[in-house]
Amino acid sequence: MILDKYLRSEVFPTPFCQGCGHGILMQAILRAVDESASDGIDIDKMAFVSGIGCAAWIPSPHFAADTLHTTHGRPIAFATGIKLVNPSLKVVVVSGDGDLSAIGGNHLIHSARRNLELTVICANNSIYGMTGGQVAPTTPCGIKTATTQQGSTEPPFDLCRLVWGAGATYIARSTVYHIRELIKYLKNAFLHQGFSFIDVISPCYTHFGRRNPQRAGATPSEMVLNLKNIAIHAKSPQELFTFPSVGTLSPPSGRTCNQKDRILIGEFTTI
Amino acid sequence: MKEYSITIRDDLCKGCAICVEICPKNILAMSPESTVSGYLLAQIIEVKKCIGCMECELHCPDLAIEVIDKNEKVPAG
Ligand code: SF4
Ligand code: SF4
Ligand code: SF4
Repeated sequence: MILDKYLRSEVFPTPFCQGCGHGILMQAILRAVDESASDGIDIDKMAFVSGIGCAAWIPSPHFAADTLHTTHGRPIAFATGIKLVNPSLKVVVVSGDGDLSAIGGNHLIHSARRNLELTVICANNSIYGMTGGQVAPTTPCGIKTATTQQGSTEPPFDLCRLVWGAGATYIARSTVYHIRELIKYLKNAFLHQGFSFIDVISPCYTHFGRRNPQRAGATPSEMVLNLKNIAIHAKSPQELFTFPSVGTLSPPSGRTCNQKDRILIGEFTTI
Repeated sequence: MKEYSITIRDDLCKGCAICVEICPKNILAMSPESTVSGYLLAQIIEVKKCIGCMECELHCPDLAIEVIDKNEKVPAG
């Protein structure tokens, strides 16, 4: 297929569970690279850096490119080092919500604050997948996890608002269902001069869906198709701040715990 | 009218059924029997009605499915 030239075919099939959204995101990233060739994006001049977690397996080992699989929460620190040593490289971080916003949360906000020229792609399954489905800072209210068996009672992070506050200059959110828009945002992020961040809602059936079939979908495919019903397209970038709820699969309204599942998607900056 | 062919790689497909459920033309279905690996596989049932929209290929998490424009012998889309 068209993506074969970007893949290490010998490592397939992927280690992801059946129907994992991360496989779709993997494909979206490579298609964005392919479609950006005319804009000077070349996979041989890119470095993909990931931390630890299911999402960290998206670039490494699958991409036939320079990949760096680092320690938990630290991909942005490694990516900063690569960019300093070789500023001509396009450095892309691909990691999960737990890795980027919890364990490595400090790196995320400070790289945004410094407007480092990095693209950070957050594969947001709103749970800790690889370690067995523990609650994450992105887990929506009321969602049952291995560590919140009655449902999470804390409001989750809206990662787009978080990096906006920290100073990121390109911010977008999409889902793996909305793959054509996702590819467009990825291309815009690759070409952006400065810190670009994309929050990609990517279903984990194994740990999230399986425990919350009524809200998330009863099968892996239902979970992906359900994203169509709960995503709302932002009419303007400002809606990020006026949307009555805060990001991810079931955002809270204000600081109360809201169990209505809605995700605001779109580009939130056009600098 | 354009004609398309579809290939599904049995060695990659994990039987998630995303392609089956996302296809607007019901071109695909799950196989009734599982493979050695224990998965039911996606199968093509009516390729003639395929409109080449690429929804199946774009949403396959395992890069197992490819839509080809028969006239041009190139990937659709
Ligand atoms: S545990 Fe969840 S995130 Fe990890 S591979 Fe399985 S479905 Fe994907
Ligand atoms: S989407 Fe891909 S992995 Fe899932 S059933 Fe279809 S071909 Fe198989
Ligand atoms: S290209 Fe479109 S119509 Fe054809 S099988 Fe795939 S989803 Fe169905």
